[in-house]
Amino acid sequence: MNKLVVSPSPHAHSGLSTAQCMYGVLIALIPAFLVSIYFFGINALLVTATSVAACVLFEYLIQKYLLKGALTITDGTAVLTGVLLAFNLPSNIPLWIVIVGALFAIGIGKMSFGGLGNNIFNPALAGRIFLLISFPQQMTTWPQPSPWGAGVDGITGPTTLNILKQGNVEEIANIDVINALIGNYGGSFGEVSAIALIIGFIYLIWRNIITWHIPVSIILTVFLFSMAVSINHGLEYALIFSELQIFSGGLLLGAIFMATDYVTSPMTPGGMILYGVLIGIITVVIRLWGAYPEGLSFAIFIMNGATPLINKYMKPKRFGEVVKHG
Amino acid sequence: MKTFKIGGVHPRENKLTAGCAITPAPLPQQVVVTLSQHIGAPAQCVVAKGDTVKVGTLLAQANGFVSANIHSPVSGVVTKIDTITDGTGYQKPAIFITAEGDVWEESIDRIETLITTCDLDAQAIIEKIDQMGIVGIGGATFPTKVKLMPPPNMKPEVLIINAVECEPYLTNDHALMLAKADEIIVGIEILMKAINVHHTYIGIEENKPDAIELLKQKTAHRNDIEVVRLQCRYPQGGEKQLIDAVIGRQVASGALPVSTGAIVQNVATAYAIYEAVQKNKPLIERVVTVTGKSLTRPGNYLARMGMPISQLIEAAGGLPDDTGKIVLGGPMMGKATANLDTPTGKGTSGILVIPDTEAHRQEPSPCIRCAKCVAACPMGLEPYLLSKLVAKSDLETAEDRRIYDCIECGCCSYSCPAHRPLLDYIRLGKGRVMAIMRARAAEKK
Repeated sequence: MNKLVVSPSPHAHSGLSTAQCMYGVLIALIPAFLVSIYFFGINALLVTATSVAACVLFEYLIQKYLLKGALTITDGTAVLTGVLLAFNLPSNIPLWIVIVGALFAIGIGKMSFGGLGNNIFNPALAGRIFLLISFPQQMTTWPQPSPWGAGVDGITGPTTLNILKQGNVEEIANIDVINALIGNYGGSFGEVSAIALIIGFIYLIWRNIITWHIPVSIILTVFLFSMAVSINHGLEYALIFSELQIFSGGLLLGAIFMATDYVTSPMTPGGMILYGVLIGIITVVIRLWGAYPEGLSFAIFIMNGATPLINKYMKPKRFGEVVKHG
Repeated sequence: MKTFKIGGVHPRENKLTAGCAITPAPLPQQVVVTLSQHIGAPAQCVVAKGDTVKVGTLLAQANGFVSANIHSPVSGVVTKIDTITDGTGYQKPAIFITAEGDVWEESIDRIETLITTCDLDAQAIIEKIDQMGIVGIGGATFPTKVKLMPPPNMKPEVLIINAVECEPYLTNDHALMLAKADEIIVGIEILMKAINVHHTYIGIEENKPDAIELLKQKTAHRNDIEVVRLQCRYPQGGEKQLIDAVIGRQVASGALPVSTGAIVQNVATAYAIYEAVQKNKPLIERVVTVTGKSLTRPGNYLARMGMPISQLIEAAGGLPDDTGKIVLGGPMMGKATANLDTPTGKGTSGILVIPDTEAHRQEPSPCIRCAKCVAACPMGLEPYLLSKLVAKSDLETAEDRRIYDCIECGCCSYSCPAHRPLLDYIRLGKGRVMAIMRARAAEKK
């Protein structure tokens, strides 16, 4: 007979592992990936493959030769960082830039803080912001989408966010919201299709991998804030303006997949909502009045830094704190 | 459907023995009766080596207010009084009895007829419960009489019967409800009289529809007993969670549950009270679920206290070759033992035989701060934080973050995708923090 195990309770486990959570997020990203290949062709595939391979390789090399510790590349976190970094890039970006971004994301963003669970900032986001500041030209030249990526290399054009920022009321009123929903506009290739990202969101909620608090509070805040600043042009215009704020740029990708990164977001429902609302406010402020057309990356980055503070002060609702009688 | 408001998990129910009627276990040849089968001071032994005892003979007397009498579960001869390692893993004084025949004390009414009338007044009922060694047999084994005598400034308003059985695998309460519904209802009436309340809720989780139906039917003609169907959610059988689920009131931190106006008793305790008060029968046997995926005859066995668990496992088809762990109780809060001679006691609700493939914990990996433990904690604590604070011995902050509120239900460790032993740390820290708090309180006095 086997030696009997004696250990403290509980003797049961949910069966959910870190790797399953990470692969669950990857599954949720499949619809957006398929749409990006449809609109941006083989380039989207190449950038993603390069980013994932580089992230996993850098994590392997750092763990094996620098830290000389346990290898954790199978837990899915490096793969996820690679995919999220790629999704935040234009499809025509030179691949060597992707590799530089991966090195920053994994090397500085993750491993220099002590690896999984210890990083303050979302590694993919750190990589993206590093690239945005270092290679502004390549990072903001977005090819226009075309089915199966035909002729992608040729045309580049202004993004919806640029038009929104310039604030030409007539031009904005004429933008087709449907294109933003399906992803038929220029942008980083993983962020363009609102519908695909929302399908991923529903999957994540259904599988209980994330909760609604962060994405919903970001999206609602951006919507309401956008309504407030555009309502002076009439309700109809304000609705178009606010819908476009949500469906264009990286808002949904960021709100659903970047801001909800376990390690860098708050632990309590109240903290998550506070974090989401502040991300929403900072995003709109940067989008409308800042130097950059897109503010979400910076907003999440700033709030990543505030997360330990939020965790310190936002306590969960304790049992029995409000004693109800009657 | 009703349930408690904060946290909780829903583990795989694995109620393999649901629908198994109660089967009498074979009489033991020898029993080992430990003197502390309850929370509180161990009982004081009143027999000596060589004494002849009958079933129901008093073996040990309650030693103080929070303690309980212990009676002989068999007839025979006391062969020695010694210490053994019981299911808690601690050394406990125990009385060894070699069984001869099955002779019961004459005072015990062994006829099965239902006696519904009870002429005793509240005080006499509580005395009887005390005398018969009744403790809460849902698992906590708190002496029942203590719970029935709340501090004078706290007036109980309702009785809540805990028939939740939220632990996976266990079905002993379920089987008892199906077999002894009438007796349980009389037990409830006796309890209501003892604490002078006029309303009872019986909380049952929805995975026992036949028990809900039966008890509803038996109580349909009266409006003082109400069956409450509850959503399946662990740890709903926790006293605080059950009060919240049934009447929507939350026990304040550090307060007695009765401060909400509710007194909670387990359904098997209600049955034991019926037997004690109406049949003069001490708590000497109980239903034990013997279960596990590899057992050939898992079931609900009526077993005398003090028999070695090996004998119950034998009755259930013998210990399977692939066994990796044996747990007294359910998988969430039960205690593992490697000793097959461990005797059962008043609190042994089940014996769970876990195959080796499910017996081992997985290697912990770094905390990814996914917040699943925070969402799962039914007390609204932050298990990830508490375990880190304890690991670095920051007990002051752990106290500030209310580590003492932990009910050790295990929802945090259960839900941790990184397999971190959260409850191990919290349990350790809770013990140390509570010792500090007690010392501080003593100093103030």
